[in-house]
Amino acid sequence: MPDVFPSDSVGLVTPETITIEEPIALDCGRVLPSYTLVYETYGTLNPTRSNAILICHALSGDHHAAGYHDTGETKPGWWESAIGPGKPIDTERFFVVCCNNLGGCKGSIGPTAVNPATGKPYGPDFPIVTVKDWVRSQAQLANRLGIDTWAAVIGGSLGGMQALQWAIDYPERIRHAVAIAAAPRLSAQNIAFNEVARQAILSDPDFHQGHYYEYGVIPRRGLMIARMLGHITYLSDEGMRAKFGRELREGKLNFNFESEFQVESYLRHQGYSFVDRFDANTYLLMTKALDYFDPAADYDNDLSMAFRRAKAHFLVISFTSDWRFSPARSQEIVRALLAARRQVSYARITAEHGHDAFLLPIPHYRDTFSAYLERVDREVNDHAG
Amino acid sequence: MRADLDIISRWVQPGARVLDLGCGDGELLAFLRDHRQISGYGVEIDEAKIISCIRAGVNVIHSDLEAGLADFGDNTFDYVIMTQTLQAVLHTERLLEEMLRVGREGIVTFPNFGHWRCRMQIAWAGHMPVVKVLPHAWYNTPNVHLFTIQDFEALCQHKGIRIWQRAVVDNAHRANLGMRLAPNLLGELALYRLGHEQNGIQAGHSDVFPTH
Repeated sequence: MPDVFPSDSVGLVTPETITIEEPIALDCGRVLPSYTLVYETYGTLNPTRSNAILICHALSGDHHAAGYHDTGETKPGWWESAIGPGKPIDTERFFVVCCNNLGGCKGSIGPTAVNPATGKPYGPDFPIVTVKDWVRSQAQLANRLGIDTWAAVIGGSLGGMQALQWAIDYPERIRHAVAIAAAPRLSAQNIAFNEVARQAILSDPDFHQGHYYEYGVIPRRGLMIARMLGHITYLSDEGMRAKFGRELREGKLNFNFESEFQVESYLRHQGYSFVDRFDANTYLLMTKALDYFDPAADYDNDLSMAFRRAKAHFLVISFTSDWRFSPARSQEIVRALLAARRQVSYARITAEHGHDAFLLPIPHYRDTFSAYLERVDREVNDHAG
Repeated sequence: MRADLDIISRWVQPGARVLDLGCGDGELLAFLRDHRQISGYGVEIDEAKIISCIRAGVNVIHSDLEAGLADFGDNTFDYVIMTQTLQAVLHTERLLEEMLRVGREGIVTFPNFGHWRCRMQIAWAGHMPVVKVLPHAWYNTPNVHLFTIQDFEALCQHKGIRIWQRAVVDNAHRANLGMRLAPNLLGELALYRLGHEQNGIQAGHSDVFPTH
């Protein structure tokens, strides 16, 4: 429990909430008359408002990307490894914004929020949102914060997909897009994993068609299994072998179905701790946003055509042991960017940590990331000068 | 500044699109960007060098040249450049084909194994040559295909590749009369601008030497 925060942390942060009293038309055809977003900011916006960076979160992420909410908090924000003084996303240079996306469960409007029409939580009636909807709402947030153009939009996994969508949908408002461990769209295998996760939740007797709040229960087993399944896809075979091997918790086989292997214990722990901090309806929505993401679909299924609109410079990063969104998927993005003659750099980082590598301080990754953002910073100073 | 940058830079038309294979820390691309206003990308496999490129503001794509250039479309670049890399790849012939598929012209530089010092070291001293432009011992060299100016030109002829321009220089990238008269014996480094007949950007003379 840090009473004094590490010097390379943004330290104590307080989330802010904004209600945007302007309707947003969603891809599904429905309209939210107004919506609340919770967000955090780190660093200082410069006088020319040219040093702002938007961080986009992934499946189970939220607005708390860095720092601590109180001195008793043991775990900092989810991307503490990348955001802070002297870190790749250097808060001494940049003004960093991260919001909880529409449909989230950490304070932005979503299934747990009260539907003004019924006075009850939206639950399963909350519309299915897409990456494009998120980007649209993030643009509104940028307007409210007085940010015309992001110096960069950055994200890993589903967050990287938002960065790509930003570059396509708002070419004038983003100078750099950084997509880490992302994919241009999900494969059948990716969707299959999401479907199993959804079925685990939907078939939990405590799910009550998504109205579980009214019954005072949560679909604990379903959400837990969904999270356990997800975690397997975040790690790599070699990473799991290195971390757990076949190690037994009690050093012997007990011939029962308790958690005997360390890896079982790890997955159960991840599952248990998740159900208390995440909403099952939100989980369903987030997996759908992943499944639906396909920026090429609006451009005759030609991704390079989609990117031809973009004006941003791109950095694409993948990790060798990531099989959820493998280097081959990042290469599809790169190929389309090359075909569209966009400015792009691509780095494939050797790492054994699987998809989760994007959250870890791996030296080559960190250095690549830092080198790119130093360049973004130089441009910010050129603009400001 | 690397002296070969100067020769290559004079071969490259201003504003061209350039792909640099095995671009290292991006020095050539940064030089061409600053002096010839080119745009383009480097291709590199070494993670540390990729970081240097990114720091220098040079676009770089992490890729293995041995796997070909499948990321790049036909005729998408004016020049595909490969400086002192051709001798270090396994699939020399295929890479040469790939260069001229992706680019309208290729610029290739390589150490000349036919230089008299190399010949002497094998013929009289009886060991594999170790010279300034080929500084490694046989057991730790990154080079896998050593060849001479004569070999290279024979390959080009065999493959129907036109040589638009050639420069043969010493390790400090200077040329003299001797190198002009007996390039394969006296030249340490060879630089070529290549293409297919129908794709040429400009038909130069096949024996243009740098003048200093």
